[in-house]
Amino acid sequence: MNDRTSGSEGGASPDATRTDADRRGFLRGSGLVLSGTAIALLAGREALAKGAKSHDGDITILNTALGAELEAIAAYQLGAESGLLQKPVLDLAVTFQGHHRQHADVLAKTVQKLGGKPAEAKAKYDFPTGSLKTQNDVLRFAAGLEQGAVSAYLGAVPVFANRDLAKAAASILGDEAMHWAVLRSAVGEAPVPSAFVS
Amino acid sequence: MNTRPRAPLRTFALLTCMALVTSGVAASTGDAARGAAIYGRCGACHSLQFDRTGPHHCGLIGRRAGSVPGFPYSPAMRASKIVWTPAQLDRFIANPLRAVPGTAMGYAGISDAQERADLIAYLRAANDGPACRVH
Repeated sequence: MNDRTSGSEGGASPDATRTDADRRGFLRGSGLVLSGTAIALLAGREALAKGAKSHDGDITILNTALGAELEAIAAYQLGAESGLLQKPVLDLAVTFQGHHRQHADVLAKTVQKLGGKPAEAKAKYDFPTGSLKTQNDVLRFAAGLEQGAVSAYLGAVPVFANRDLAKAAASILGDEAMHWAVLRSAVGEAPVPSAFVS
Repeated sequence: MNTRPRAPLRTFALLTCMALVTSGVAASTGDAARGAAIYGRCGACHSLQFDRTGPHHCGLIGRRAGSVPGFPYSPAMRASKIVWTPAQLDRFIANPLRAVPGTAMGYAGISDAQERADLIAYLRAANDGPACRVH
């Protein structure tokens, strides 16, 4: 099997049983409208962009994080379209994808406000599709991405020159740690394997 | 009884120390199994076989930095002239932004020398393993 798969520009799942209206209703019910926290972060970044010096290093870090978020969106799209996820797991995947979409949106806007050019989604992503044969395979793959995301943000927090950006990264880290825990639990692993993440 | 080492022994000890320093002491004492778990931290951006936000790791040992065809490296990485020996990897992973200022890998690094050694041991083992044989 070819291990290459097309990426996503963020389009909705073609799942015929879910209409866009259904999904919007689900997202509202799940609190997936832009949260007060995200709005506050954006507001803070607007102040940052207006009042603080731009920092090329911070833009680079943000763009790397944005690239990873865009890939996570594509990975969840792959999972949603795989036909391997059953409800309510499918809903969970779509929910988490929505979070990553919000992260990507905030990161892209922040890069722009700092004077940078946001990273764009690749036309094609390579995922290990040959090894994804069951729902648990997909969930373990997603869990691995989320674990990596937690570590990546943990490694980014201390190197931001601007502490507001570090705080924002920590906020995203918290969300992705919850994704990781839920996914671990879904495949029967201890949701929180240790007292610290690294 | 004379306990002082004779000259050949002193020379051997010196050469051994030099070899350990140049090859990377940490890399020679890593545990690949522990390193596999540590590699999970890299999973948002890297995989063995595929280019992702970061370049793939199969074939990393001995590869010139910035040389994977088609991968959009930072100018800093492309210009670094690094060849990824275990010792260079150890230095980079410890603090990527200090080792290659301007790298896109905006990551504080792994401060624990044993964890770096384990990670490098895993990368070396993976390079020789089935996951990388077709790459």
